[in-house]
Amino acid sequence: MPSVSTETLTQLSYFVAAALFILGLKRMSSPVTAVSGVRWAGAGMLLATLATLAFMGASQFNLILVVAAIAIGGIIAWVSGKRVAMTDMPQMIALYNGMGGGAAAAIAAVELYRGGEQNLVHLTIATIGGLIGSVSFSGSLIAFAKLQGLITKSVRFSGQKIVNALILLAAVVFGVMIVIGQDAGLPVVSLFFACALLLGIAMTLPIGGADMPVVISLYNALTGLAVGFEGFVLDNAAMIIAGTVVGAAGTLLTQLMAKAMNRSLGNVLFANFGETSQAAAAGGAGGTQKPIEASDAGVMMAYSQKVIIVPGYGLAVAQAQHKVWELAQLLIDHGVQVRFAIHPVAGRMPGHMNVLLAEAGVPYDLISDIEEINSEFETADVALIIGANDVVNPDARTNKGSPIYGMPILNADKAKNVIVIKRGQGHGFSGIDNALFGLDQTRMLYGDAQAAVSQLIQAVKAAG
Amino acid sequence: MIDGVIALYIFMLAAFTGYEVISRVPVILHTPLMSGSNFVHGIVLVGAMVALASAESTLVRVIGFIGVVLAAGNAVGGYVVTERMLKMFVTAGKRQAAGKKKEE
Repeated sequence: MPSVSTETLTQLSYFVAAALFILGLKRMSSPVTAVSGVRWAGAGMLLATLATLAFMGASQFNLILVVAAIAIGGIIAWVSGKRVAMTDMPQMIALYNGMGGGAAAAIAAVELYRGGEQNLVHLTIATIGGLIGSVSFSGSLIAFAKLQGLITKSVRFSGQKIVNALILLAAVVFGVMIVIGQDAGLPVVSLFFACALLLGIAMTLPIGGADMPVVISLYNALTGLAVGFEGFVLDNAAMIIAGTVVGAAGTLLTQLMAKAMNRSLGNVLFANFGETSQAAAAGGAGGTQKPIEASDAGVMMAYSQKVIIVPGYGLAVAQAQHKVWELAQLLIDHGVQVRFAIHPVAGRMPGHMNVLLAEAGVPYDLISDIEEINSEFETADVALIIGANDVVNPDARTNKGSPIYGMPILNADKAKNVIVIKRGQGHGFSGIDNALFGLDQTRMLYGDAQAAVSQLIQAVKAAG
Repeated sequence: MIDGVIALYIFMLAAFTGYEVISRVPVILHTPLMSGSNFVHGIVLVGAMVALASAESTLVRVIGFIGVVLAAGNAVGGYVVTERMLKMFVTAGKRQAAGKKKEE
């Protein structure tokens, strides 16, 4: 047993850590202070971990196990985190988040397998936390596998919702048995966790790639909640506070993302949109697509006053961010006013495109979000669309039959000229026709984004 | 040690805090912030450590061990990717200054 003073020291470290987490998150919400924010939170984490390690009073064998486990998990995560490409960031966040959910579930499992817990409230909270953590764990792993391309099909069958509801029901029944039975024993606890893990898988499998960011954000909030619950079980205030703060913040982020995509959370989880190609045909895109040569497009831009660049995920796939910034710098040197317009769901996650542009060196004061930039398209000579599709589709404003009707879009169609860089004549990520491509002022520049932008750079250089 | 009602108050205040801290975040920081909050719930590590430290049976040791591995992954991985992302956000002015420094 630890003496009173070490217990006090541990609690004190948790107190400082909790304060640092909140201050860190606060600082992370402005680009100027963001880096210091994550470092503050990191210092809090280190402090809490070291204090726990020093004062938790484990047997030597258990202590070795703890250190070994930290080393294994830490080193793997360190190496993978350093190596992952910025384009793959969403699934990496999903993976780390799932690990947190799994850890919360493991704490619940330890409590429940050990038995002997008499406090009904503790038992209930531990069980609920275990359920949420397990769902977040297996669900995040599926989300990771989908975004990583390990699972390419969305498994859907009729009656799926009923099956999912039955799995949830089974998990709840086993959970109640654990709480009422007090010392339920191995089989029931195991069945409970099996159902919970299965539920996470079954819930996530039918969800399409386009909706995945919302789902990852939701699981992030759920993991926070599970951590908060297990913190209550363990009498650990740092876990309660950090977990609940993340649970609330994550819920808000999830809502913001869903709103930006014009989807309600219920829709995302139960309506099976996201990569429908069959439901897409609504409202044929009027007009024919008119191609343009890169040289002409380059001249057009070089003699513009204002160019707004609208990057989409296609840009990131082609790894063309650096080329685009090179083009933008060239235009700026020509005296052209250049802005980047970012739709909230450009990329694979809200803000993902900002990260990708930042990686290429684009200063964030040239980047505008939808509210700032939408009134400016009318004064823009050229809107250059690179690898974006649905987020500039005017059907979202006008065509009630379109699946994306009502989604806020960038008003690229208001620009005097629109140049669209696109691989081919196919559909976007969601498989929906784009009315923008057929407009009179729109010209299509077909080709790989990287190659097309390189040609544009040559054209602008040649122009002057 | 933490009384039930007190815990409820902590839950409530922490929930409002989380909501408020995030509510004024510009969209450009959504992904790093999701990653950052993902890092913060890595505090589950201390709970997993305590659970493993008090383990007495092999079954509990195995589960606790897995829990600590996962939690450490959450904390370390969350930190590394968040810092990497945030480091890249620089203004035009700062970038020029940094570029000049490199040239010197």
